[in-house]
Amino acid sequence: MTVDSAKLVRMAEQIAANLAYTDDVPLVAARVADHLNRFWDPRMRHALVEIANGEADRLSPVLKAAVARLRGIIGEPAA
Amino acid sequence: MKRCKVRDMNLYYRVGAERDLGTPAANGNPAANGGAGAAPTVNVRIDGRPIAVPEGTSVMRAAGLAGASVPRLCATEDLAAFGSCRLCLVAIEGRKGYPASCTTLVEEGMVVHTQTPRLAELRRNVMELYISDHPLDCLTCAANGDCELQDMAGAVGLRTVRYGYDGAHHLDKPKDESAPYFSFDPAKCIVCSRCVRACEEQQGTYALTINGRGFESEVIASQNEAFIDSECVSCGACVKACPTATLIEKSVIEQGQPESAVVTTCAYCGVGCSFRAEMQGDQLVRMVPNRDGHANHGHSCVKGRFAFGYATHGDRITTPLVRNSIEDEWRPVGWDEAIRTAAERLKAIQARYGRKSIGGVTSSRCTNEEVYVVQKFIRAAAGNNNVDTCARVCHSPTGYGLKTTLGESSGTQNFDSVMQADVIVVIGANPTEAHPVFASAMKRRLRQGAGLIVVDPRAIDLVQSPHVRADHHLQLKPGANVAIINALAHTVIDEGLEDEAFIRARCDMAAYRIWRAFISEARNSPEATAEATGVPAAQVRAAARLYAQAGNGAIYYGLGVTEHSQGSTMVMGIANLAMATGNLGRPGVGVNPLRGQNNVQGACDMGSFPHELAGYRHLSDESTRRLFEAEWQVALDVEPGYRIPNMFDAAIDGEFKGLYVQGEDFAQSDPDTQHVYAALSAMECVIVQDLFLNETAKFAHIFLPGCSFLEKDGTFTNAERRISPVRKVIDPLAGMDEWDITCRLSTAMGYQMHYAHPSEIMDEIARLTPTFRGVSYAKLAELGSIQWPCRDEASAGTPLMHVDQFVRGKGYFAPTPYVPTEERANARYPLLLTTGRVLSQYNVGAQTRRTDTVAYHSEDQLEIHPADAEVRGIVDGSWVGLKSRAGETVLRAAVTERVLPGVLYTTFHHPESGANVITTDNSDWATNCPEYKVTAVQAYPVSKPSQWQEMFRRFTATQQQLSEQALSEV
Ligand code: SF4
Ligand code: SF4
Ligand code: SF4
Ligand code: FES
Repeated sequence: MTVDSAKLVRMAEQIAANLAYTDDVPLVAARVADHLNRFWDPRMRHALVEIANGEADRLSPVLKAAVARLRGIIGEPAA
Repeated sequence: MKRCKVRDMNLYYRVGAERDLGTPAANGNPAANGGAGAAPTVNVRIDGRPIAVPEGTSVMRAAGLAGASVPRLCATEDLAAFGSCRLCLVAIEGRKGYPASCTTLVEEGMVVHTQTPRLAELRRNVMELYISDHPLDCLTCAANGDCELQDMAGAVGLRTVRYGYDGAHHLDKPKDESAPYFSFDPAKCIVCSRCVRACEEQQGTYALTINGRGFESEVIASQNEAFIDSECVSCGACVKACPTATLIEKSVIEQGQPESAVVTTCAYCGVGCSFRAEMQGDQLVRMVPNRDGHANHGHSCVKGRFAFGYATHGDRITTPLVRNSIEDEWRPVGWDEAIRTAAERLKAIQARYGRKSIGGVTSSRCTNEEVYVVQKFIRAAAGNNNVDTCARVCHSPTGYGLKTTLGESSGTQNFDSVMQADVIVVIGANPTEAHPVFASAMKRRLRQGAGLIVVDPRAIDLVQSPHVRADHHLQLKPGANVAIINALAHTVIDEGLEDEAFIRARCDMAAYRIWRAFISEARNSPEATAEATGVPAAQVRAAARLYAQAGNGAIYYGLGVTEHSQGSTMVMGIANLAMATGNLGRPGVGVNPLRGQNNVQGACDMGSFPHELAGYRHLSDESTRRLFEAEWQVALDVEPGYRIPNMFDAAIDGEFKGLYVQGEDFAQSDPDTQHVYAALSAMECVIVQDLFLNETAKFAHIFLPGCSFLEKDGTFTNAERRISPVRKVIDPLAGMDEWDITCRLSTAMGYQMHYAHPSEIMDEIARLTPTFRGVSYAKLAELGSIQWPCRDEASAGTPLMHVDQFVRGKGYFAPTPYVPTEERANARYPLLLTTGRVLSQYNVGAQTRRTDTVAYHSEDQLEIHPADAEVRGIVDGSWVGLKSRAGETVLRAAVTERVLPGVLYTTFHHPESGANVITTDNSDWATNCPEYKVTAVQAYPVSKPSQWQEMFRRFTATQQQLSEQALSEV
């Protein structure tokens, strides 16, 4: 999915900012990943992974760490 | 209680006349009973019959309970006894004279006679006086058959009137027909003051007074104004209270007295008032609030009471329509063809673009049963989880926030609990406009002396209204909610006001310690946040002390909390504050979301979110999934699907092509209208199921005519988790039940769905959902309503949640960092626009705009502070252009100090206003609930509508043409 990738990144960063009550990056990243796994359609998670693979510097360190923890959804069975 | 089928459907529908025992139950108004222990009983004899009644009961009420009806005129069960008409005299052994039975309370051993020759004579004299100043046109009077004066004349055996009719009288006073729904004929008034008291006690508006004394006395509205120009909000309480034809529904004048009644539930707001739909044959004459209604106790607001004319409005579409493209004319077709076409097109889209290229949206206006079948249809027939509900755009943060902290996605109290609150906190809600019947109860409690804290950018009515005044109005800047809730919580910890024993016993201590450290940081103090909130630190501290120390502190909140980029954070902040002060788990406290639409709670309960099944169970929960798979005989996708805004983005992207929309009008109600238009235009098959060709239907390919609530059997669940029956009053105008439309569509798509009656759908919900396990139509008929959780057949429901422990076990304090929204005022867009509603209109107004209620609100206006107006050359009543980064529209200005400088406010009831053309695609971080409440804008005087509005008018005209031909053929 190509989605408006700027918007996708903005939404993901919003999640990271709201869960970031401490400086403990791995802890926050785990919570962000859990949130994305539970609430985001896999296609949107997939698009985020693609951004992280191609243009990693568009993501904050916390979000980068979170994306690395996303559930294995790449190669989702075709419809 | 045994689960049983509703065997006799006649019994399910039939109700008799409403009983009126003359005075309220022993401890004051019925709403005061929430949770109070039973009063001791008193034994009395009335007309020889022994009866035991609670202490504090009036002799009149005791007599009624014993089966003896005492004549009366100024008394009614809905109002406190007043004792003015002197018709209700009784004889009490051992007492001199004849006391009024309405104002005399029972005493142990009392012996009462309600009928003696002397009493009869006294009563006849009283009646004679009344009748000598009353027109004798009973035969042609609209109240004939429903007039207490007439009944009393009969009851006391009045035969002659000794006084002439030619003395001074009031018989030629003119009628006031100015109010849209009722008329006022002072010639028939007996000055019993029931109307005045109803307006004060029940409604709390104080619009009516008795003017003058003795013979001169008369009822007047406001300063002797016509009703329409007075403070009257048309709730109808005075009309119900009036014993004569003085105040009477215009529909009764036109149609005559009703002869039967069906009890059903209002379909407008989340209060969920119970009504008697009173009928003549299959014609609805009037809606009267049900005295036995557990949410409303016999009260109502203008919408539920009067605004039902839309149900039979000429714009109703009653035949299915199809077309190939939105440039084509609509073609009326039969149901079979419509369903077949819809199924074929959806299947073709899936074959071409994949299983996940279609989805559905459920409506929180529809019944639980209708919502349930739509989400089942998407998950089972379409085979994906692209199902969402319009609650996405209002209360999804409530679900997320309360589930995370307390463990259940719902409010914690029943409405009656407010009568035991010592301090009431209203955050981002405007109950007098949006939840009027609950607001009346709240105002009653405030008049009894409860404290009030209002947190709102705008001076809502509650801040100051008759006999109600807020102790603190924290008038914060839009977007600073989390900053202020953190500052309140910081004060509680900082000043040692927390309830340590409660926290230790009930909450997760590890989480609490983390939260405590976080909230104690200086950045969360009232002093540090003052700049962001605009509220002086001292005021925040004083409010926090009041809430924490008053005894019972109850928080009520609305969309002003949820519709922000930090909506979910704010909900958690509220829950944290309540836990920290021990304000949960008993009557008079709690965290209470005021739901917008009638069935927001129900639509969420029914599993219409893309990530969870009925009862808020996540798709990843294996055992729940298995349960549904076994019942539905189909494999479920374990991954969450698209939310509404994701669907739109994916549509623009070319991935999402087909949408089934149940009674929901995105094109008007969702933010960033132009983005929504683009998304809808990009889809190949949009199916709209609704009453009217609404804004979204202009983009639709298939239109399936739905039913108004009067045409439905089902249930709604209100803001206090109360499941109430909706009963069919008239047959579906389009000849098909809405749940059945969905079932047929599913069956045509290849997944069989068949029910004989919505009660079978509820049985299935009960089988699959632990919190609904004990719910059935038979039990609803027996109890009137049920508050979930209702976990087994013995349960009568749960008025208060989290009583012994939180649903999640230990309460969870979630840290709530304040993250300012990206939608900030700047040089280009220096003002902040926020949005809301008015009492008389309902949301997008598709219904209320099609009733006489427009007399109260015919256009949306833009509220602007005098200072902001002046520098821009904007005057009251002139046109104002409004521009944001999303779009541009034009509204009429209302210059007012209700809003702070820098803040604008408007409503969104009329599509041509385009309020959502300017709202942006910003949304809540956790749920994507749109940020309706904050948009940075610029305002400037203009002389003509915006480009968007002109485009809107052209497009509307074209779409009208495309439907006209089709409809004229029908
Ligand atoms: S309709 Fe309601 S607000 Fe209006 S006068 Fe009657 S009781 Fe008061
Ligand atoms: S208008 Fe009706 S309720 Fe009011 S004082 Fe007159 S008779 Fe009584
Ligand atoms: S308060 Fe709400 S539920 Fe009650 S009558 Fe008014 S709109 Fe209907
Ligand atoms: S009913 Fe008791 S005095 Fe009127």
